[in-house]
Amino acid sequence: MGRFVLPLGLLVLWWAATASGAVKSYQLAGPRDVVRELGDLAQSGALWHDLGASVTRVACGFAIAFALALLLGSIVGGSRRAERALDPTLQAVRAVPSLAWVPLILLWLGIGETAKITLVAIGAFFPIYVALVAGIRGVDRKLVEVGTSFGLSRFALISRVLVPATLPQLLVGARIGLTQAWLFVVAAELLAATSGLGFLLTDGQQTARTDEILVAILLFAACGKLSESAMRVLERRLVGWTDTVPV
Amino acid sequence: MSGQPAAHEAARIRRLRKGFGAHLVFDGLDLDVAQGERVAILGVSGCGKSTLLRCIAGLERPDDGTIVTAGEIGIVFQEPRLFPWLDVRRNVAFAARNDVERTRVDNVLALVGMLHVGDRLPKALSGGMAQRVALARSLVRDPALLLLDEPFAALDALRRIELRAAVREILEFTRAGAILVTHDVDDALALADRIIVLAGSPAEIVFTGTVGENATRTAVLGALGVSDQGLHARRASAS
Repeated sequence: MGRFVLPLGLLVLWWAATASGAVKSYQLAGPRDVVRELGDLAQSGALWHDLGASVTRVACGFAIAFALALLLGSIVGGSRRAERALDPTLQAVRAVPSLAWVPLILLWLGIGETAKITLVAIGAFFPIYVALVAGIRGVDRKLVEVGTSFGLSRFALISRVLVPATLPQLLVGARIGLTQAWLFVVAAELLAATSGLGFLLTDGQQTARTDEILVAILLFAACGKLSESAMRVLERRLVGWTDTVPV
Repeated sequence: MSGQPAAHEAARIRRLRKGFGAHLVFDGLDLDVAQGERVAILGVSGCGKSTLLRCIAGLERPDDGTIVTAGEIGIVFQEPRLFPWLDVRRNVAFAARNDVERTRVDNVLALVGMLHVGDRLPKALSGGMAQRVALARSLVRDPALLLLDEPFAALDALRRIELRAAVREILEFTRAGAILVTHDVDDALALADRIIVLAGSPAEIVFTGTVGENATRTAVLGALGVSDQGLHARRASAS
């Protein structure tokens, strides 16, 4: 029960502030206006169109980031030589705040879907890559030695010891990467979009519709929470064997 | 020298040479272990006992010399080293290469008294239970020689006595030979037929004796440079 007290309190406060006229509706729409706007958007189909656009961008960008991180992370984690060759450059790129790439991406890729998905992928890539490399580096050498003592081949050692041992870290990285993906889809859609939840935000801003802005914010919150919960369920199912407190 | 050990031998080590950097651990060590024989190797920490075991297990590559072993080798480390993502039964089955060895999984779990926790994850086991499971895993391939690297070191005194008795029974039951590396004279006396003391740098065998004959507690401790006589008794014998 305790977990509902604060949100319900905030809701009441929000309602009281707007219904009493203390806060004007062009500054902050009331809960009822937001719900009505949500209903209107759903009825007109705009909601599903924008939601679908954002989810698709997040899904595509995240999938690309995950695949690339898996590839590069395995190479860098698996070989000291590859680490020396690749990691300093990747770390340097990582040091650049990802949004600083936006002007270049827009110049190179235009304002279409490719640019947005690329930005999402850049945002999601590094948490996954960093976690995977750390995971591979952190594998208990003693467990690898058990595999060696049983005469496992290199492939068997990777598939039966290294992959399962690395999975917890990889999944944590993927969860953070997914959160980043949502962050970056907002940025991408704020810059240039004719659809998506970020477009709802800019549209609301330009037409001074705080109810529309709040609908977009709430939907972002719901999507972020939903995808995070899904990742946690996945973690529990796949790596429930870990003996640590989940973070 | 290479080839198979003689029919009655489980392991034959000749002119073993192994160093780490400038430090030479062994320089020409010879050791034979007969089939079914249980040899305990004692020595102070860092004398090379574990390195010897790791060379036999193939986890370290000797710089020179030969190590030949007959049949399968099983190894139990100081820590259980179970795979945390596999339940007990799958941990034991990890060592199995074929159906014959897979059918042995429940047998060896029963042998170490851990069949009832077959579905548990390692995190749900106590240290003693986990070490028993590790022992079961080392038995799946029906080894001719068990390498035991301080297998009781991480256990409390009571679990230590229990597991020692269990290992003794298992060795008698399976008729496997064993090389036990330990720094505990009581472990050695309880489990071994023969006791070897390693000392020096590079390490050499400074004592070898048969349990029940010349390998008494006092003799082994003496070879380790320790006295089990009280100060009073030593003063008395000195005067």
